[in-house]
Amino acid sequence: MSTSETKPTAIAEPAPSADAPDAVPLFQRFMERIGQFWTLGVLILLVIAFGIKAPSMYTKQAWLSTATYAVEYLILAIGQTFVIITAGIDLSVGAMLGFSGMAGALVAQHMLGVHDSSTLSTIVAIVVMLAAGTGLGLINGLLITRIKLPPFIVTLGSLTGITGGIDLLNGGNEVSILPNPINALGTDSVLNGWLPLPVLIAIVLAIVFGFILARTRFGLRTYAIGSNETATRRAGIRVDRHLIRVYTLAGFLAGVAGLMVTANQGVAAPVAGQNDELYAIAAVVIGGASIFGGTGTIFGTVIGTAILSVLTTGLILTNVQTFWQQVAIGAVVIIAVAVDRVRARAGTD
Amino acid sequence: MEKDTGGPPDERDGTAADETRGSDATGTGGAHGGAATPAGDRTPAPAGSTTAATEPPRVEVRQVTKRYGSVHALRGVDLSLHTGEVVGLVGDNGAGKSTLVNIISGALPPTSGQILIDGREVEFKTPIDARHAGIETVYQDLALANDLNIWANMFLGRERTVSGPLGWLGWLDRRAMSRQSAKDLEQTKIRIPSVSSRVGRLSGGQRQAVAVGRAVAWGSRVVLMDEPTAALGVEQQEKVGELIQTVADTGTPVLLISHNLPQVYKICTRVVVLFNGRIVADLRPAEVDIDEIVGWITGSALIAKELAR
Repeated sequence: MSTSETKPTAIAEPAPSADAPDAVPLFQRFMERIGQFWTLGVLILLVIAFGIKAPSMYTKQAWLSTATYAVEYLILAIGQTFVIITAGIDLSVGAMLGFSGMAGALVAQHMLGVHDSSTLSTIVAIVVMLAAGTGLGLINGLLITRIKLPPFIVTLGSLTGITGGIDLLNGGNEVSILPNPINALGTDSVLNGWLPLPVLIAIVLAIVFGFILARTRFGLRTYAIGSNETATRRAGIRVDRHLIRVYTLAGFLAGVAGLMVTANQGVAAPVAGQNDELYAIAAVVIGGASIFGGTGTIFGTVIGTAILSVLTTGLILTNVQTFWQQVAIGAVVIIAVAVDRVRARAGTD
Repeated sequence: MEKDTGGPPDERDGTAADETRGSDATGTGGAHGGAATPAGDRTPAPAGSTTAATEPPRVEVRQVTKRYGSVHALRGVDLSLHTGEVVGLVGDNGAGKSTLVNIISGALPPTSGQILIDGREVEFKTPIDARHAGIETVYQDLALANDLNIWANMFLGRERTVSGPLGWLGWLDRRAMSRQSAKDLEQTKIRIPSVSSRVGRLSGGQRQAVAVGRAVAWGSRVVLMDEPTAALGVEQQEKVGELIQTVADTGTPVLLISHNLPQVYKICTRVVVLFNGRIVADLRPAEVDIDEIVGWITGSALIAKELAR
């Protein structure tokens, strides 16, 4: 090759022009920067605005009810974040919550009737709840990957099926006899009553799974699948196995949420978890995850859940008719997605 | 590792295949354990098929055939790639180019024949096996995850974790991966703003550079490029040509599959022409003109040769 001597310089020269995308208009970079934090700004604005209208927003009572309200949705939304990042969706998380809570409570009630070791029945109830959620999530994952059905269809089916299963478990009745330690788990608090145990558990879960998503191989591969599934397969990653794990994780967290809800309310109700999937998905989307996969963070999901929660408390405290809450939440979801779109267009994709 | 001593081929085959599978870190190879190399032409290829006498070719394909039912896609192909070579693989549609590339990259099993890496026979069950053996492919669509940053793409599927208990949980060693990626890209003279940039933010040319850089970093034996410039503009095609040259300069041979004949002619040290499942010509662009290559691709040169006999 006679031309090979000239090549190194030829490569060095055009490189700066290849850097051009880095010098993108300021507006784009501004939108990208702001993109990560605008929801946090919205949250702060909401707290301030509601506080002006209703100073009771800043009381311990308001904090406790806001935080406790958020627990159930946050735990579900953590799992949903992983699912949505893979470009999937899990509509059955609310139903799995209700089913696991009911299954665990039934077993505990039965055990308490036979012998009243409430410690043993507590442990068994917790194990049953977590196992039920995990198992249902595993079934979702297997159906999606083995039969290659769209996640929307599979989880729509399991949402309906599991909802029926809840009533089948106990004839549509609630279970209100629970071991004392479970009730304590749902109602005790630390830090002088400022931090209810369920809130603490939800925060710990958010931190743990936040790190798993952002800092581990499992998290990286979750993003990779949602970003480019074919490329991920070609990279030698077993995509199906990973997806099964993600849906199983969503089920496991639904089991944890089932435990929290049952413990907090002191009863396993057949309607527990109903429509929760919508709030969980809303929280994830408000938090900046793309429904098309590849992006999203647990931090964003926490903010998204907090916005939903603050909206609810705030609207109650400002005496807005409760029906408006849902309208407001719906509006926030649409606004969040719209902003996300504008951001994506301003960005590069 | 066992050298090709010319001993009984069957025993050698077994060892080599087992070793390959053993080195497969993720254990994907075990699933179809028993399947042996198809009983085909096991006789060692004539020594004349290699050009460098001192070292065995990085990758060698011996008498590879592929049949789909009654269709012969490949009818006994011999091809070797040596250190630093850029070999163009050309041929008309249906000549067998993709079949050959898929066999080398492990996506298709050959009906018969052997693949040797550094003179050692290997057997690929999946593309992953081929990757473990040091064969990397740059796909036309680049196979990049746009939402991940550069280093994550470079290490996708081969992530490095920290040592210790956190590492067992899959805690990524981000610093090591980004440092290594920067080094790998630097070595291939590819200029990228920062390895923590999201790939989706890069220009088309830079994306191409990342895909090639990844292949070079991992492809210790050979880099296959399947129509790398088909979707690119003229200026970017130039850049890819330069990239390929830099890859070859690092010693890794490149097998370039392309319809872009002027480019092949310009950057390849050798051009191999497939016609009807056979290699009909092995030419050096320095010695022939482009029309002769076209003649071999269309088959007219072959007819002329037959007539001359």
